[in-house]
Amino acid sequence: MSVTHNTTPRDQQGSGPIFDEEEERYARAQRIEAIARWVVPIVVLALSIWLWDRVVVWNEIPHYVLPGPGLVLSTLYEDRVTLFASLLVTLQITFMALAVAIIGGVGLAVLFTQSKFAEMSFSPFAVILQVTPIVSIAPLIFIYVENRLVGLLLCAWIVAFFPILANTTLGLKSADHNLRDLMNIYKASRWQRLRFLQLPSALPYFLGGLRIAGGLALIGAVVAEYVAGTGGIGSGLAFRILEAGYRLNIPRMFAALLLIALTGIVIFATTSLISHFALRKWHESAIKRE
Amino acid sequence: MTVHDRAVLPLGARRPVLRINEVDKTFNGGVVALRRLSLTVNEGDFISLLGPSGCGKSTALRLIAGLMRPTVGRIVWEGGQGSDDLGVVFQEPTLMPWNTVAKNVWLPFRLRGQSFASVKDRIMEALALVGLEKFADSYPRELSGGMKMRVSIARALVTNPRLILMDEPFAALDEITRQKLNDDLLSLKARTGATVIFVTHSVFESVFLSDRILVMAARPGRIIKEIEVDAGYPRGIDWRTSPEYAAVARATSETLTSTLAPDEVH
Repeated sequence: MSVTHNTTPRDQQGSGPIFDEEEERYARAQRIEAIARWVVPIVVLALSIWLWDRVVVWNEIPHYVLPGPGLVLSTLYEDRVTLFASLLVTLQITFMALAVAIIGGVGLAVLFTQSKFAEMSFSPFAVILQVTPIVSIAPLIFIYVENRLVGLLLCAWIVAFFPILANTTLGLKSADHNLRDLMNIYKASRWQRLRFLQLPSALPYFLGGLRIAGGLALIGAVVAEYVAGTGGIGSGLAFRILEAGYRLNIPRMFAALLLIALTGIVIFATTSLISHFALRKWHESAIKRE
Repeated sequence: MTVHDRAVLPLGARRPVLRINEVDKTFNGGVVALRRLSLTVNEGDFISLLGPSGCGKSTALRLIAGLMRPTVGRIVWEGGQGSDDLGVVFQEPTLMPWNTVAKNVWLPFRLRGQSFASVKDRIMEALALVGLEKFADSYPRELSGGMKMRVSIARALVTNPRLILMDEPFAALDEITRQKLNDDLLSLKARTGATVIFVTHSVFESVFLSDRILVMAARPGRIIKEIEVDAGYPRGIDWRTSPEYAAVARATSETLTSTLAPDEVH
């Protein structure tokens, strides 16, 4: 029986820094995985689109039932002026709602942790607003709110602010108890405690809330536009989808849908990136283990 | 004022820092955590509170830190308590993970509104005392458990406090790191003349470090014996392996054992 190759001195082996077959196999698997992480989703997505195209062509499906991907793209290009103007409107509502949700959510969360009575008084409202589906509140909002933009904004805000409020409140409360004691020992003021301990402790929680709220603000904006309907001066993407639906302009519906989906992806990627850069120095979630 | 300008005075010439007079602490529900705790802490003292879990040693520390009020009795700082009279080291390093080492040590100054630049020298001096001046810009997560504890100690002594409270600071560390930190703590004390109250449940740690050991018993929490350790400072491996050390450790250990089974002693 031969001795295992593991005990062979290094200089008698082949060149290279890797001297263990298992290690080499592991390293190769790692490299393959790193490439596959990008290649696999792209290939699968491309195949799905190709299949979609083939199904339309092979079955000779008319474009007013299901347009092929090529037609959707060319419609996107031909209607670009209308669609991008609408995209800007939707984006405007989304980001304004998100901004107000951040201010309102963080503000309320700070208020909740500073005053028990404020929390007892207002948290039921927050929960009620959160658990009631926005589609059922929105019609009322458009009855009472004169300005259409404000109405849309309000709807998107209601959906987006709760995750920020809930997460930030949790974060503000989860500051390390020894550090809180330390703040007491050094006789920190309420403001100092908030500024130096509670807000930094809450940052990872807030950013988690922001990632959820970003997507929800877009959903809220789109849903509100649907409810607001085609009457009035609406011109967001959801309005374009409704309008195209009435005209049986299916390719344009798909083009608008594509824009909404892309917007959602961009929002998610942006908030994830913000989160990563804000936390990469110190938080567990953003630290790569070696 | 710098961190190490306080002379180590001989016993007897020391001025008191803090007096604890007949302090009781009863928690809601009538649990007596501490009964008749009396203690005078003198400048330069290294006092250990030694006892089993539930003997009220941590409660005593929290009372001194002002984190709770005594039910009965008084804790009086000689000459009143100033804002930088107290430094505390907890069982965990208790650092802010989002701040660098230097910024963590800055905290006591920061809370008094002093800018980083104005106290940078003192921060670096405190970090040098614990041997971490090279890690000033590191984040806590990049440090080992022992190094984090050192940062915590640097933060406690950066204001040159009259009293440093340590609540089982090395209990979570491995034995080798713990011995090293014990040695370092003593050399720190020698250089700064700091006054320390040190809570521990390790007989050997208390005998190695302190000049006074207060042995505590539980139910109700109280001091049952004060043991003076006559050996002077500095102390090192010679002290740790000397017959005197063994004798004190034995006496302390026996006192401690007697507290665990009070029924058998009666």
